[in-house]
This record gives sequence, C-alpha cells and structure tokens, in this order.
Amino acid sequence: MADLSINLAGIPSPNPFWLASAPPTNSGYQVQRAFEAGWGGAVWKTLGEPIINVTSRFAGLHFGGQRVLGFNNIELITDKPLEVNLKEMDETKKRFPKHTLIASLMVEHKQEAWHEIVKKVEAIGVDGLELNFGCPHGMAERGMGSAVGQHPDLIRQQVEWVKEVAQTPVIVKLTPNITDIRFTARAAAQGGADAISMINTINSLMGVDLDKWLPIPHVDGKGAHGGYCGPAVKPIALNMVAECARDPLVGIPISGIGGISNWRDAVEFLLMGATGVQVCTAAMHHGFRIVEDMIDGLNNYLDQRGIASVMDLVGKAVPTYSDWGHLNLNYKVVARINDETCIHCNKCHIACEDTSHQCIDRVTDVTTGKERLVVREEDCVGCNLCSIVCPVEGTIEMVEIPTNQPPLTWNQRQAALAAGGSSSSDTA
Amino acid sequence: MSAPQHILDQFREVVPALKPKEAIDEANRCLYCYDAPCIKACPTSIDIPSFIKKIATGNLLGSARTIMDANPVGASCARVCPTEELCEGACVLNHASGSRAIMIGLLQRHATDWAIQNKTPLFQKEEATGKRVAIVGAGPAGLSAARELARAGHRVTIFEAKEKAGGLNTYGIVSFRLPQEISLWEAEQIEALGVEIRTNTRVGVDVSPSELLADYDSVLLATGMGYVPSLQIEGEDLHGVLDAIALVEETKTKPLTDEMIGKKVVVIGAGNTAIDAATCSKRLGAEQVQILYRRTEKEMTCYEFEYEFAKQDGVEFRWLVAPSRILGEQGRVTGLELTRMQLGEPDEKGRRRPVPIPDSQFVIEVDYVVKAIGQQRFVSLIDSFGIQHKNGVVEIEDGTYRTSHPKVFAAGDVIFGGGKTDAMVVDAANHGKRAAWAIDKALRDVSVQL
Ligand SMILES: Cc1cc2nc3c(=O)[nH]c(=O)nc-3n(C[C@H](O)[C@H](O)[C@H](O)COP(=O)(O)OP(=O)(O)OC[C@H]3O[C@@H](n4cnc5c(N)ncnc54)[C@H](O)[C@@H]3O)c2cc1C
Ligand SMILES: Cc1cc2nc3c(=O)[nH]c(=O)nc-3n(C[C@H](O)[C@H](O)[C@H](O)COP(=O)(O)O)c2cc1C
Ligand code: SF4
Ligand code: SF4
Ligand code: SF4
Repeated sequence: MADLSINLAGIPSPNPFWLASAPPTNSGYQVQRAFEAGWGGAVWKTLGEPIINVTSRFAGLHFGGQRVLGFNNIELITDKPLEVNLKEMDETKKRFPKHTLIASLMVEHKQEAWHEIVKKVEAIGVDGLELNFGCPHGMAERGMGSAVGQHPDLIRQQVEWVKEVAQTPVIVKLTPNITDIRFTARAAAQGGADAISMINTINSLMGVDLDKWLPIPHVDGKGAHGGYCGPAVKPIALNMVAECARDPLVGIPISGIGGISNWRDAVEFLLMGATGVQVCTAAMHHGFRIVEDMIDGLNNYLDQRGIASVMDLVGKAVPTYSDWGHLNLNYKVVARINDETCIHCNKCHIACEDTSHQCIDRVTDVTTGKERLVVREEDCVGCNLCSIVCPVEGTIEMVEIPTNQPPLTWNQRQAALAAGGSSSSDTA
Repeated sequence: MSAPQHILDQFREVVPALKPKEAIDEANRCLYCYDAPCIKACPTSIDIPSFIKKIATGNLLGSARTIMDANPVGASCARVCPTEELCEGACVLNHASGSRAIMIGLLQRHATDWAIQNKTPLFQKEEATGKRVAIVGAGPAGLSAARELARAGHRVTIFEAKEKAGGLNTYGIVSFRLPQEISLWEAEQIEALGVEIRTNTRVGVDVSPSELLADYDSVLLATGMGYVPSLQIEGEDLHGVLDAIALVEETKTKPLTDEMIGKKVVVIGAGNTAIDAATCSKRLGAEQVQILYRRTEKEMTCYEFEYEFAKQDGVEFRWLVAPSRILGEQGRVTGLELTRMQLGEPDEKGRRRPVPIPDSQFVIEVDYVVKAIGQQRFVSLIDSFGIQHKNGVVEIEDGTYRTSHPKVFAAGDVIFGGGKTDAMVVDAANHGKRAAWAIDKALRDVSVQL
C-alpha cells in the first residue's frame, strides 16, 4: 500500500482526491457522506452573501451514446445563510478531524468584507481557504467571481487583503475564461497566495432547442451563458495546470480541477504539476462512491511501479512540457498500417485524402485481388490523423523514422539564421 | 487408443474470451447503477458495478480483487454460473428499449484472467488467532470457507479425498466449459494464505471423524455429493454402462480416448450432469447422443444456456421415456428397452410426476448408456459425524450453517436439498463463505462453548 497522503502548501490530506466547491459540498450531510465514502478533502460550496437560484440550472452534453461528456450550469454560490454553513462545517470538521476541509469564499471587493469572512471561517477550524475568482456567470455580473479573476490587479489586491488576516493557507481558484492564465496565476502568487487551483467553469451555451428555438437550459423562455465542466474540459484544464506548473513566476503549488473522472485523469494532473485534484461533475454523475476506484486504482498504479508515495508523482512530466519553439524539427514519425488487423473501412484513406496529405493509397494486390491500404511514407507528414480515426486500436502505428540529422529546434534555427551560420552546426 | 487431434480440440474452452477493447467497450456500457439489482441477484453479492468500473479505468488488479473478495471461486463462476438467471437476468438494461444486459460473466472472466496471467497475490491474512479449523472437502464450498477463515487468521487444514483440490470444478464440469487450470489457480490462491490442503486423504478412511473432532476447534463438512446412483434396472453391470460424473472425470484426468467415435450413446436424466455427459460424448466422437428424460422439456433442471449448448452440439432430446432394461451381448451393451411415460399428479415440489404407460415398451439400439440421474449422498460419513440429516441432506441452523453437533458446520452440495434448478457452484461458494463467518464468530465469541 503506497502512501497516498499529500501536502498542498502546508495543507495535509489523507489522499489527493477532494470534492470541488459545488453542489456535492453544499451541506454537512453531503460532505460527511463523502468523507465516509473515502474522499480526502472537500472544498465547501462557496460562501458569501446567500443568493437566490433559478430553477432549471444544469444541462448535459451527450455524445455518441455516452452521457455527460460535458456539463454546464447557471447555479450561483451558496443559497444558505453563513451561520448555517459555519455550523455544519464545524460539525463536519469535528466528526472528521483528519479530513481536509477548505472554505471557498466570494465577497465584494472590500477589504473589511474579506477580513470579516476569513476570521469567521477560520474560527471554526478549516484547514485552508479557497478564494473563488472563477464563477463565470451571475456573480460576475455583480462584480465578483470571474469578473475579478480576469483582472490580475484585482486578484493581487484581494489576495493581499486576505493574507493580512489569514492564519491558514490560501488557495486562489482561477477562471479559465482568460487568454493566458499565467498572468492571473502570477498575480495570485505576488499577492501572497500559498497555492492556486484551476479551473473553474468555462463560458458556454449548451445548445438550442430546434423546435422551440430556445437556449438549453432556459428559465421561463430566456437563457444565459453557463459554466462548462466535465470530461470535455479536461484537456483545457490540464494545459492550464501544466503552463502554471512550468512558469517560474508562478512558483506555488497547484490543485488541479477540470474533467477529472477517474484515477488515470488524476495521475495525469499530478504528473503535470498538480499536488492534488478536485472533482465535481464525475461525482454529480455517479455519486460519491467513485472515489473507491480512484483510491484503489491510484494505489495499485503506484504499487505496481514500486513508487512509495503519491507525492513522488507530482510534477514528474512538467520538464517535458515546453514551447513549440523548442521542439525538434528533425524528428520524424510516419503512419504504418497493420494489414493483419485492418478491417478495410477506408476511414484512414479518406481522412488523409480529403483533409491531410493524400498519402494513403488503396492498392490492389495482383496475386490475391485484395485491396490493401498503404502509406507512402516519404509523403507522410506524421500528423497522426489516420491513427486517430482508425477504429481498430493499434492498427495504425506512428513509427519513428531516423532522419540521421542532429536535433534542431525552430529557435535554434532562427538564431543560426540570424547569426548567419549554417543551421545544422548550431548547438543548444 | 488415444484420441485424434480433432477430438482434443473439442475439449478446449469453447466460449472465447473478450478482447481487451471489447471488454472496455462493454464495461463503459454499464450504467454503474446505485444499489444495483445485479449485485442482489448474485448469491455471493459481488459488487458488480464496481468491478466493471475498474475494468473501464484500467484497474484490472482492483477489479479482480473485488470479484475474488466476494467470491473465492469467482474465476470459475465467471464460466459456469447460469448468469441469465442470476446477475445478467437482473441487469436493468434488459428493460431499457434497444438495449441488452451487460455481459457480466465475460467481464468477470476478463478481470480474473488478468489476475491469473499476472500472478499477483490478491489477499493477505490477519494476525494468527491460534484456532484450528478442519475442512472436509476442497470443492467450492470448502475452498471458500478456507479462504475466509485463513484471512481471519485461523489455521485451516483441508482434507481432500482426490489428488487435486477444486471439487467438481476440477473433476466434474467439462473442460470445454471450465478448464482445470482455472480451479487449480483458485486453490493456489487459497494455499498462498497458509491453508494446508491434504490431498489423497479421505475422511472416514484415512482420518476418522472423531480425530478431527478431537484435534480441531471446529469442523466444516463440505463433501458435496458422490457419484450417480444405480438405475435399479436389469443389465446395469454390462460393459458400456457409464456413470456420467466418472465419464467427465476421465476426460479431465486421463488422455482422451477414441472409444466413442461413431458410437450411439444415450444419457439418462436431464440435469446439468446429463448435459455435460452428453456434450462430452458428442465431443468424444459419438455419432448419435440422445438425452432421455422421463418428464418433459418444462421440468428439466438444467439451465437454459446448457440446454441451448447441448442442442448446438447436436445432442438430441427424447421426452417422456424411462429405461426399463439394458440389453447386451457378450457382456456388452447393445440396446435399451424404454417405457413411455405420461405426467400425472404434481409431487411435493410441484413437479408433475411421471407415470408409466402400460405395455408401451420399445427397444432402441445403443452402444453406451450413461447414467445421470442425480448424485448419491455420503450418508455413512454424515452418520459417523453424528449429525442430523434428511436422506443424506445435512440439516443446518438457519444463517449459521451449524449442524446438530455444535462443533460441526456444513456447506455446499452437502446441504443442498433440491430446488428449481440443480445445485450451483456460486451457492456452494456463498455457503462456504457464510459458514466461515459463522465459525469465525463462534471461535471468537468466548461465551459460546464449542
Ligand atoms: C457434471 C456437473 C456439471 C455441473 N455444472 C454446473 C454449472 O454449469 N454451473 C454451476 O453453477 N454448477 C454446476 N454443477 C454443480 C456444482 O459443481 C456443485 O454445486 C458444486 O461443485 C458444489 O460444491 P461443493 O464444494 O459443495 O462440492 P464438490 O464440488 O462436490 O466438492 C466436494 C469435495 O469433497 C471431497 N470429498 C468428498 N468426500 C470426502 C471425504 N470423505 N473426505 C475428503 N474429501 C471428500 C470431494 O472429493 C470433492 O473434492 C455441476 C455439477 C456436475 C456434477
Ligand atoms: C453546478 C455547479 C456549481 C458550481 N459551483 C461552484 C461554486 O460555488 N464555487 C466554485 O468555486 N466552483 C463551482 N463550480 C465549479 C467546480 O468547482 C469545478 O471547478 C468545475 O466544475 C470543474 O470540475 P469538473 O470538471 O470536475 O466538474 C460549480 C460547478 C458546477 C457544475
Ligand atoms: S435531481 Fe433531484 S432536485 Fe434535481 S430535478 Fe431531479 S429530483 Fe429535482
Ligand atoms: S482506418 Fe484502420 S481499419 Fe480502417 S482501413 Fe484504415 S487501417 Fe484499416
Ligand atoms: S444492473 Fe446492469 S447496468 Fe446496472 S450496474 Fe449491474 S450490470 Fe451495470
């Protein structure tokens, strides 16, 4: 049994799986059930001035027979008075002292407002704070959430205010609704944040009803953009985590969020620099019990590799993530088709023919009269498209072809050109 | 003479395993129901949605552990359970339009096959308790009990009459449905927990019941049932009259022979033993195999899948006939006299009783008569333990599996008193597991005097 406990910026947790601030963490009843099921921590549903919610709040994106590939919502922060939440948080922490309880906060852009709420939640013994600068809908129209999260200056300012009084570590939850998340991540770090978490939800309109010509979901005939999450957002979240993890100006631990559905997704986030993960949609789709396989699968993964602690995974793949300008231009892969397993659907051919580089030929074997799909390797640009569309796993392999040329990146090439030298004699 | 290659091929496992992608696609189709009906339909209550989810996430070790934790013979059950009457029959997708049940059995096989191939130990034992338990019989019931008792830290010794462990899974169920290496792997898993299996040791012959009662803190009787009883008709000692269970056993323990090639075989009975014997004969090369049953299709106790399988193998069925005399020449079977039957009043189990039609005898030409009319009970062994039974079916206290002797518990076929279908491996496994829990509780509970 590997050691699954983590320490995120001074916040210990029995395992890296936390529930994100969202409906699953709305009450003491829920969070306690989640802890019983095995979740290591929970970020309580965002506290603030209680709001009024609309009904008809969520929508799901189903694709090709799979339900909930994506999920969106127009729900706001907590709808319960602060005292009620504090009482339930207090009970929960007392019953589960070893589990991690984080208070998520969102208040107006006022120093006293932040001071007041920080003191109140810390008084009941939370393990840390998460500042919600991420919700993209509703609260943003009132100048909070992502309205703050899109302005580095506002983030820095509010983090400073919180740090003036906070006794526990401060995590800043960032919005993905921004061109380059590193700017807001750096601002959080400059303000004194102990960690950042990402991503909150992405602006989205889930669909339009073809019969009624109404947005999905709609509230009495009108809709508004909602926050998008679930498996479909994972690549976006993973990139943002990796970008922050490799940015020396950010330099603080990361809690990874966005589309994490199982232990494999979690391992990817850890390898790309997250110290722990948070989950919302997967729990909403299947219930708290999914954490059992998350823990079991992660533990088996570590044991089978002889890795003693989950912390040993954190950031291990970050050095492999870089800028385009550092990629080797002299590296070449080409597609190779395995005749034995090919089922002759011709999808690779048409994909390459119509939309890539016209290098998969349909060749008739003169002896057998059977058709084969053959890649003209000299023309293949190694785009991977055919291997992506091929329905038979492993039938199209992308194989490395030696180019017999030394590695050369774009940046090196440009530098060499500028220096007037020959590109191949350049070194790093 | 030993059998030709095409006959050997007939004894390889018939149902192909799922390919990795098929398994993942099928696993992703499972809804991961909450409080799922498939779990309730499994006698050993395997957490089916959980083991399927683990296949979907690539956690095959965890998946195999979930299965084997609930059912110590879960790899065998993946192959021989009548799933359409159990888990798959209860799957909610049977009721969703345009859908069909999840292939739970095949997914279970996928996960356990992974564990077999990867040789990963699945379980560990608790601290030793110093208590000793003797188990008589290393079939599904005995092995399951041993696993649970060993995990709980008790010292377990199994006494097994045969050369190898596994009971009918090793010797009685045909290889083309359940290869021997599967049940032997299950037994190895249990031995790895420190359980000693004394094979070639028959209780009542090599060791006496009184020794066991004196030397152990508790005894579990899991001897199953015996061979097929006599038909009580003339000609039963002729060469060519076979015991169905012994016939299957030979195909699992000795080189296959060419003796049945081109021969005419009849099998008497219609339970799962009859089906296995019939398909076995067909695969040994018999030209014609007929199953003779004194009732009708409706009253057969074999499972639907077995019936279908036998028909596909080319086995013929003849209803409402009973053998009245086996005919022979020079000591060998040549024919069988049959009496036609009709259904009369229902018996105590509600099945209509077959009644002979007077003067309806007729003779068919046969080379082999295979008896498959049930299994004998080990009455004298049961008596020598001094425990109560009804016609060889050991009586137990509800829920605790305790017999009339406070130190003796019983599980598996030895307590199976008949039902709508034949006895099942999964029931035996469940009994064994629960009996072990009861024994563990009794051993820990100082207030209970053993
Ligand atoms: C031909 C056939 C096909 C079947 N097909 C299926 C099927 O498809 N699906 C299904 O679910 N079930 C099937 N069954 C039923 C299933 O095999 C049994 O219900 C199950 O094996 C019972 O388990 P058990 O542990 O109680 O007994 P067994 O498996 O009979 O094991 C009892 C063990 O005790 C040993 N033993 C007996 N007496 C002594 C003694 N005095 N001392 C020491 N050891 C002793 C025996 O050698 C044996 O190893 C089939 C049965 C038969 C005969
Ligand atoms: C219905 C709903 C309500 C949410 N409410 C909050 C909230 O109050 N505070 C917050 O910080 N994030 C909120 N989130 C965002 C989640 O915490 C999380 O960042 C996001 O859903 C991405 O994770 P996922 O892909 O695992 O769902 C909400 C998400 C959903 C679906
Ligand atoms: S999930 Fe519950 S609260 Fe939501 S619409 Fe359905 S019944 Fe109502
Ligand atoms: S897409 Fe794959 S299966 Fe289809 S023709 Fe191409 S190689 Fe064969
Ligand atoms: S009932 Fe069917 S769909 Fe539901 S969990 Fe069981 S196998 Fe999966």
